[in-house]
Amino acid sequence: MGLALTPVDMTREASCVEMTLESNLKYVEVAEEVARRVCSTAGFGEEEQQKIEMAVHESLINAIWHGNKNDPQKQVWLKFQILSDRLEIRVRDQGNGFDPEDVPDPVAAPNLLKVSGRGIFLIRAYVDEFQVKNVAGSGTEVTLIKRFNRNMKSDEGGTDREHEGFSTAS
Amino acid sequence: MSMKVLVRQVDLVTVVDVSGRITLGEGCIQLRELIRGQLSQGNKSVLLNLGDVTYIDSSGIGELVSSYTAVSNQGGQLKLLNLTKKVQDLLQITKLYTIFDVHDDEAKAITSFKASA
Repeated sequence: MGLALTPVDMTREASCVEMTLESNLKYVEVAEEVARRVCSTAGFGEEEQQKIEMAVHESLINAIWHGNKNDPQKQVWLKFQILSDRLEIRVRDQGNGFDPEDVPDPVAAPNLLKVSGRGIFLIRAYVDEFQVKNVAGSGTEVTLIKRFNRNMKSDEGGTDREHEGFSTAS
Repeated sequence: MSMKVLVRQVDLVTVVDVSGRITLGEGCIQLRELIRGQLSQGNKSVLLNLGDVTYIDSSGIGELVSSYTAVSNQGGQLKLLNLTKKVQDLLQITKLYTIFDVHDDEAKAITSFKASA
């Protein structure tokens, strides 16, 4: 079984989804789908949802492709947590880690036509905060934070009940 | 959903209608092989119609850049047609919007190749 989901009732007080994925690119779309649902539950509008989904996509690619190097023996752990003021997404791989400062600025003139190196840049553009933690011997964990804002529509996506407790967050 | 392409010849321009996802893996490989194939046949005026592209990631952007460079290096031109708002935003964030010649009208895009040929 390549996909282990910890089912959580997101329509009530619970606000957390955890998944463990095999290092296979086919699971990236699964994570995107979960991201969409979590964003909808949290009350994000369509445009914000797409940005978060893309940030999750890039994080998963980094973890599976660059971190775990597609090794089927290695796993990627993913957690979405809706807190009072923000959505927090954590992605952990079992790779050797990286220093985000080592990634050249992809929008600097000499790098503009480079084929790769835009993933981290896009994640940073799409979420409010991006943190990288290298854990010696156990891989890399990245944290993506998207804060709720006052203009978020509580009636977009899902049912009213799903937004109880989240819609008034600022 | 994976990527699908339809290749049409309009005058001297090779129009490639791309739909689906241009992402790491299959989508990027398909696009790379298609561009290489067109170049090997001597088709150096390429118009990529991205109107039905639902998703493009950092690797997909990289593949567009790689295609652009490959065609330019052969003395040809690669232009983009019908960008969705999502793709347009991506090209703006990555500062590539000014690099590519972007069109929203196919007939005008085809003419632009003639003008610059």
